[in-house]
Amino acid sequence: MAVELYADFFREIYDSTGWNFPFLYEQYEYDRFLEGMWVSLKLIVASLAFSLVVGIIGAWAQGAESKFVRYLIAGYIQFFRNTPPFVQILFFYFVLGNLVPSYDAGGYQVGYIDSFGWAVISLGFFAGAFNTEIFRSGIEAVPESTVEAAEALGYTRFQSYLHVVFPLAFRVCLPALNNNLVNLLKTTTLAYGIAVPEMMYTANQMWSDNVNVPEMMIVLFIFYVGLVAILVYGMHKWEQNLKIPGYG
Amino acid sequence: MDKTEVMLNRAKSRAHGPMTDLPVLLPVAERVRRAALIERREGTYRLNMQPRHAVCVVALLAVAVGSAQAATTAGLIGPLEAMWKWMGFILVGPEGAFTGFSLNLIISFFAMVIGTIAGAALGLMQISLLLPVRRGSWIVTQFFRNSPWLVLLFTIMLLFPFEIDLGFVVIPVPDWMKAVIGFSLPIMANISEVVRGAVQSLPTGQWESAESLAFTRRQTMWMIILPQCIKRMIPPWINWYCILTMATPICSIMGVEESVSYTAQALNAEGDRPELIPVFYAFLLVIFFIYTYPIARWSIQLEKKFAFKT
Repeated sequence: MAVELYADFFREIYDSTGWNFPFLYEQYEYDRFLEGMWVSLKLIVASLAFSLVVGIIGAWAQGAESKFVRYLIAGYIQFFRNTPPFVQILFFYFVLGNLVPSYDAGGYQVGYIDSFGWAVISLGFFAGAFNTEIFRSGIEAVPESTVEAAEALGYTRFQSYLHVVFPLAFRVCLPALNNNLVNLLKTTTLAYGIAVPEMMYTANQMWSDNVNVPEMMIVLFIFYVGLVAILVYGMHKWEQNLKIPGYG
Repeated sequence: MDKTEVMLNRAKSRAHGPMTDLPVLLPVAERVRRAALIERREGTYRLNMQPRHAVCVVALLAVAVGSAQAATTAGLIGPLEAMWKWMGFILVGPEGAFTGFSLNLIISFFAMVIGTIAGAALGLMQISLLLPVRRGSWIVTQFFRNSPWLVLLFTIMLLFPFEIDLGFVVIPVPDWMKAVIGFSLPIMANISEVVRGAVQSLPTGQWESAESLAFTRRQTMWMIILPQCIKRMIPPWINWYCILTMATPICSIMGVEESVSYTAQALNAEGDRPELIPVFYAFLLVIFFIYTYPIARWSIQLEKKFAFKT
């Protein structure tokens, strides 16, 4: 087991300095910690992915013929932009969670969508509102004449979208998208409020059991600031790699 | 291109990345890029509230009330009546307590005051001529900017003492005051970046001409640079206040008696009727919207007024 390799070292540290990192020397705490980290990463990836899907669908629907659909999307964007995200999560979990059918899980009712699912949905819609605007303006930025030029070269509608419009639009979107994704990463901690067993929640359980608040706080800061740093660094590199010389 | 244009483009590309004379894309691309850069510097998105957005929020409340009205069984009080009954409680708490929504406002106000003062100092440290000061303040700024608010809030809530003993007097620190400190930390870091960005956005000519008029660095800063920066800093500063106000509900997780905690309590007192839950949460969204709306509008107006006038 991985823990046994360095368990003695950290137990030693605890005995000599009082700095208690139980997840580094105890199997049970180690498993719990990894589980929390895993749920957190899943939550982040799932809500990022869902927000991108919402953004793509939203941007597509905003170009719809129907005025009603366009107003609906505009209303959705403004609603999610201008209200507190934490209240949005509670709204989804308590209000819509009540409307979803539930099943009997041995004496108590469990909804088909659990708190993790609601966190992904509400965070996805929150960030998706921003993504919708970002994607729409990205597509708007590509001139009609570029598409026409592609058509003149024999591209089909789909090919011109895939090889011409999307690569250009994506480069326009990327900086704004990065800002939004970093913001979303930080917002995922709010899922704690509806008891999603992610990193924050696990840390809370661990410091309740072991009375080691400062140590767990340090771990939390390292975890989140580290994740933000990785995301920012990766996205920045990506932006630079995608840059076309002489363009924009 | 004449010489001034070349220089202008060079200055622009220093500030915003390379420019070109032959744009491949429509002007909207440039707008998106600018907005993304501003957002990156200011650390948050700009609230852009318009009159028609109020309609959306009110429509949600109306739908919630309407469906609750239909679901209310005989003998129980209706949604409007329930809302009326608990409105005072959610807005100001029990008599004389200043809790509920008023506590959200108190927390946001004090957090903004502390965050602004500390952030201005930190921002000025970031443009110090001393390398250790500059580096140190940069690290502090980046750390608090990139930590999730909830983690910062938990840290302060759990690690800050519940009373401060000054020897001759013991100052109690209630939970809401800890929340103020917890919220002021990310505000401090972001205001610090706003200050740094505003100072650095001024053309270097301002510094050079001040120097040629024999102003000292301190005089240049206080008499020439900062007065010009204030205008640039006010719209993002107001925007941050709105974002902060909308973030205050998260301290309900730690049991601070603000509007979200009270909404849950009010719902509980009404027997957790499922049809009332949407009504109360929608009401909450409406009051936050009503409060932030005029402030966000004001910020947009100021932004327009200050644009191109430096």
